[in-house]
Amino acid sequence: MKTGRMRGGTPPAAVLETMQANDWIEKHVRTLFTLPALVFVVVMVAFPLGYTVVLSLRDWNLTTGSAPRWVWLGNYASLFADARFWAAMGRTLAFSFGAVAIETVLGVAVALFLNREMRGKNLTKTLFLLPMVATPVAVGMVWLLIFEPTIGLANHMLGLLHVDPQPWLTSRKTALVSLMLVDVWQWTPIIMLVTLAGLAILPRDPYDSARIDGAGPVQILRRITLPLVMPTVLVGILIRLIDALKTYDIIYSTTQGGPGESTETLNILGYVLGFSYFRMGLGAALIVLFVLTVTAVSLLVLALKNNVDRRVGW
Amino acid sequence: MRAGNRWILVVLAATLLVPSLMAKGQKEAGDKSRPYAGTTVRCVFPVHPWTDGVKKMVPAFTEATGIKVEIEELATDPMSNKIAVEFNAKSTNLDVVYVRPLNETKLFGLNGWAADLHPYVDGDAAFDVKDFADATIQSLTYNGKLLGLPTTTEHQILYYRKDVLEKAGLQVPKTLDEMMAVAAKIHDPANGFYAMVNRGKKNIAVTQFSSYLHSFGGEFNEGDKALIDTPEAIKAYKYYTDLLRKYGPPGIVNFSWPEAAALMAQGKAGMFTDADAIYLNVVAPDKSTVGDKIGFAVFPAGPAGSKPFNVCSGAIGVGNFSKQKEAAAQFVKWMTSKAAVMELQVAGNSGARKSVWANPESTKSWPKELVEVVNKSNELGVGWDRPRVINVTQARDIISEPILVGFEGGDVEASAKKAQAAFQTLIDGEKK
Repeated sequence: MKTGRMRGGTPPAAVLETMQANDWIEKHVRTLFTLPALVFVVVMVAFPLGYTVVLSLRDWNLTTGSAPRWVWLGNYASLFADARFWAAMGRTLAFSFGAVAIETVLGVAVALFLNREMRGKNLTKTLFLLPMVATPVAVGMVWLLIFEPTIGLANHMLGLLHVDPQPWLTSRKTALVSLMLVDVWQWTPIIMLVTLAGLAILPRDPYDSARIDGAGPVQILRRITLPLVMPTVLVGILIRLIDALKTYDIIYSTTQGGPGESTETLNILGYVLGFSYFRMGLGAALIVLFVLTVTAVSLLVLALKNNVDRRVGW
Repeated sequence: MRAGNRWILVVLAATLLVPSLMAKGQKEAGDKSRPYAGTTVRCVFPVHPWTDGVKKMVPAFTEATGIKVEIEELATDPMSNKIAVEFNAKSTNLDVVYVRPLNETKLFGLNGWAADLHPYVDGDAAFDVKDFADATIQSLTYNGKLLGLPTTTEHQILYYRKDVLEKAGLQVPKTLDEMMAVAAKIHDPANGFYAMVNRGKKNIAVTQFSSYLHSFGGEFNEGDKALIDTPEAIKAYKYYTDLLRKYGPPGIVNFSWPEAAALMAQGKAGMFTDADAIYLNVVAPDKSTVGDKIGFAVFPAGPAGSKPFNVCSGAIGVGNFSKQKEAAAQFVKWMTSKAAVMELQVAGNSGARKSVWANPESTKSWPKELVEVVNKSNELGVGWDRPRVINVTQARDIISEPILVGFEGGDVEASAKKAQAAFQTLIDGEKK
């Protein structure tokens, strides 16, 4: 705005208009700046979720060609009565908590190991990150080959160690565990990364005083490092848990839920119900329950984190 | 920008424009004989030797009609799921779809997903829709609407290694008992050679299991009655799973036909029962190291005789929400015309046209033994290879459970009883 004109009494109409417009923008700047994000969330998240909820209250079976009809909670009732649903729920939780637990132990251990001055530290870190950037479907294909019972690398390695060949993905007993192994391979690095970030910002004072008090390295690790870094690790765990619960691509590209139903998680079952059996309402109900499960698990971990934060004094 | 530079830009822009102007001129000039020139039809097809053959014929089609063709290839199950999802969303750019008559005719018909092709083919003497085997057209008709035109027929046959049987001094098995005995003699897993390979993967195995079931005198269902726990069915389940558990490769539960055919083609398996339609995957020199050593035989007889399936396994139709149905129909007719079916059959894809089968030229390049086996299978065959219900995928999932239990060496009979109950519930649910 040209200040010269401003000095001489009332500004002309055009300038006045601009000023008023600027005022309006300034007053509503918060709304205006958040509007695009808000619209995006409504269109891409709220609407599909709302539509899924509505769909879950209707019986819509594409194979009969009949119009959808309201059954309200009928779909939920049939899911609760279905052993296949509960088995899938159990598998989803076992897969997620199992994989993330291993990832946490390994990730924190690697982070502690890397958290010091050493040669080739950056190279090591980069190598650890490689699995994370790979496309899940490609990862699935590669592991399918690794797990191949006759010519696969996994059994070849076991052979070198004089261990009997394992059926990996081809047996109901071992398929889910094999998939957890893939998840651990791919996602341990993110826990490592988050932990490293947490370690980097730890205060020095507690260490100094501990050393003066004569604490050994094990004591320092148990009493200082781990408690202090725990809040950060929990953030990593939360991110990983949500992600692990949602795992779909790795499973679909390797076993499609098989052998039998032994790797059928909620996500896979939802797909089967919706797009193989064409029970749209039932599939939608399952997805709603799935979203609730993920939310419940997240809240649980958040509560745990708050608890830990309070103890650490963050 | 300097004046010289600007000129270079103008010249560049002009050279870019010229071809597009020329293309426009061509299109207008050819408008009368090629009314749909310039449009692109999108096809969703399975990974299959037939698709390979069609891809080779697309340039000629585009040349003649000016219609461009995009082909998306997927494994069969994801393909039909994708098609169903897109139809469900009323996608307007799904122009040509692959239809598996025994799986999808009812589904597509009930939902009005596939366009009726009668208006496009009736009265077209050159196309001659009556030339297709009657049963194949029937399997694609829903409420008087023709939802697809047949592309492939399949018969279950026995592939075997001539050299291996010869070396062991064994005859080609004519019965299922003989096949089990032969398998026991040639099985050599220590050297990476497996006597038998078949499909083992969940519901994918069910169609190939059907010939075993029928040859034992069993059936999936008869009308509203599920029949998978009859003594015949249980015997078939036991035979199929014993055969592969004892004499098959490890990991059989994850085998679909590409894995099984590959093992056969790499010379690591002795016998294989699957559709004749994939014989190129077993013998073609670019895919097989033992192509010249593969023999073909009629499916071995069980207690009820030799009952291989003989089905119309594939067809192509036009999406009902497509904005360019005429162009799509033109493509469908082209690829199922007498000339095209002839060309495809010469290349090894058994079609459904009577006139083509009547012409010895069509199978001249095929192994002679295979032609005899196919002709014989045509006489013996059963017209379905999967349960005849609406929810075919779900039914196949249920029916495949005892197969898995059998592979694990579990109690097949108990599993069949359980599957029977689930299958009956499914059928009863469809009646409502």
